[in-house]
Amino acid sequence: MTEAANTRAALHVRLRQSAPIPLDVEFAVPSGSITALFGPSGSGKSTVLRSIAGLYQPLEAEVVSAGERWTDSAAGYSLPTHRRRVGFVFQDYALFPHLTVREQVGLALGNRPAVARQARIDELLALARLDGLADRKPGTLSGGQQQRVALARALARDPAVLLLDEPFASVDWALRDALRHELRSLQRALSLSVVIVTHDFEDVAKLATDLVMIDHGAVVAAGTVEALTASAALPGLAGHWEPAVALDAVVADHDSRRQLTLLRARDLHLSVPTIAAPIAAVVRIRIAAREVILASQRPTGLSLHNVIEARVLRVEPASHPALRLVHLAVGDTPLLSLVTIDAVQSLKLTTDAPVLALVKAVSVEAFA
Amino acid sequence: MDWTALGLSLRLALATVAILLPLAFLLARWLAYGRFKGRGFVEALVALPLILPPTVIGFYLLIAFSQQSPLGSFFQSLLGRPLAFSFEGLVLASVLVNLPFAVQPMQNALAAIPANLRDAARCCGLAPRSVVRRIELPLALPGIATAAVLTFAHTLGEFGVVLMVGGSIPGETRTIAIAIYDRVQAFDDHSAGVMALVLLVLSLVALGITNTLARRMARHD
Repeated sequence: MTEAANTRAALHVRLRQSAPIPLDVEFAVPSGSITALFGPSGSGKSTVLRSIAGLYQPLEAEVVSAGERWTDSAAGYSLPTHRRRVGFVFQDYALFPHLTVREQVGLALGNRPAVARQARIDELLALARLDGLADRKPGTLSGGQQQRVALARALARDPAVLLLDEPFASVDWALRDALRHELRSLQRALSLSVVIVTHDFEDVAKLATDLVMIDHGAVVAAGTVEALTASAALPGLAGHWEPAVALDAVVADHDSRRQLTLLRARDLHLSVPTIAAPIAAVVRIRIAAREVILASQRPTGLSLHNVIEARVLRVEPASHPALRLVHLAVGDTPLLSLVTIDAVQSLKLTTDAPVLALVKAVSVEAFA
Repeated sequence: MDWTALGLSLRLALATVAILLPLAFLLARWLAYGRFKGRGFVEALVALPLILPPTVIGFYLLIAFSQQSPLGSFFQSLLGRPLAFSFEGLVLASVLVNLPFAVQPMQNALAAIPANLRDAARCCGLAPRSVVRRIELPLALPGIATAAVLTFAHTLGEFGVVLMVGGSIPGETRTIAIAIYDRVQAFDDHSAGVMALVLLVLSLVALGITNTLARRMARHD
């Protein structure tokens, strides 16, 4: 790795060993990103997270945080965990049962004058929406509240990188989207660099900006979520992910009369049913390939809001022998369409062919 | 009622608790968290006083206390008198005999603390010593208290080892348990009965405290 790359990235990680847990990974966590370490259970991703925090020492390890060396096994060096600026949210939160919410957060603040300390605790509790719960012990809190305490405690370290191990695994399914949204807003507000370990692709699609796919302790794919989902060639995703693009879009306008919101994902402009986000807010959208219709001429008399001029990048086999996955470019923005072989032939979909992509407004999933 | 003997027993019990508790905590922590081969052997060694006949322990201690042994001669030079049949000798014997009563409750309490709580403490920026002070000690407190109560009560009642290494010197090594034995030998059933009752009540109270603490530990609050 080059020194320049080290300083740009919030974290650079290289781990290698053959036993007891096989590991062979190298990746960078871009500053200000939410990087998902995604893979099946037992793939070694939690071990990677623990190695970043210094809770586990692989035989060969190099962890550099914003230019600061944390682990360098070649030099026999490892900064003790308590001196690394990491915030760690454990899967079961690992709250201290004998301490109140205020004490948990205070514990992670280190030494500072009493007044500044109390002010900072109050600030963190407000940030994690824990006002009024300061004097409660973890045993009396709900799962969602416990997770927010764990988050506030991790943020108290003013972490160079925030590490989350399966943060939504033990939360009610219905609560997950709300918690993902909270985490995303917090990450944006504080410009945090976040690493999240998950086996749930929903976390990747709805939350992550960057993706490192891990299987059997090795990286099988890495890059931005946008690029990787658009490539649709993600290995090991059968059953997790139907072909779709996941993009970050900016709220450009609200049309209250027609109850539509205009989104801009770079060159891809979309009208979607009104979403509750202010103008200029960033939302994550997902468009499944099966929802994108292709046409050679502009249709009329359809209940359609999005007719998008695109260009064919390439045509790939899909999961079904009669179907093809068409990779499109809208300007520089990727889009996928799942069509029949018959349609590929009748529309003459070859590389660089111009085509119109038709997207129903309700087919665009938006996560504020 | 032999007040001197009761006083001596209480002094012995307090001294044993004071010396043994810190040592046993370190040992318990090592056994609970340490990664080393031969843990089973060390645990067996700690538990040995539970099953060895007091006479056997007493016999080996007497040999160790003799002026020919390094330990015995060291204390001879330190105290100016032999370790055997002295209060100091009794304290040393008592510390060894009570090892399992102190180590095991603390080891169980420490092992019951989830590993990721200690990991979380380190991620909160706590240095190893602070992790012990802020997390392990408070969470293991019921176990530590149980260890203290069991050690105290067991020392009050210890008979065989005390008789072997201490004899029955009034004010020096005659504990209340020994005094009861002496009274029975002298057909003074009344005095023996009073002192036996004192020991019975003390033991009951100790067990009551221990059980309460054990329940609290199970609740972990």
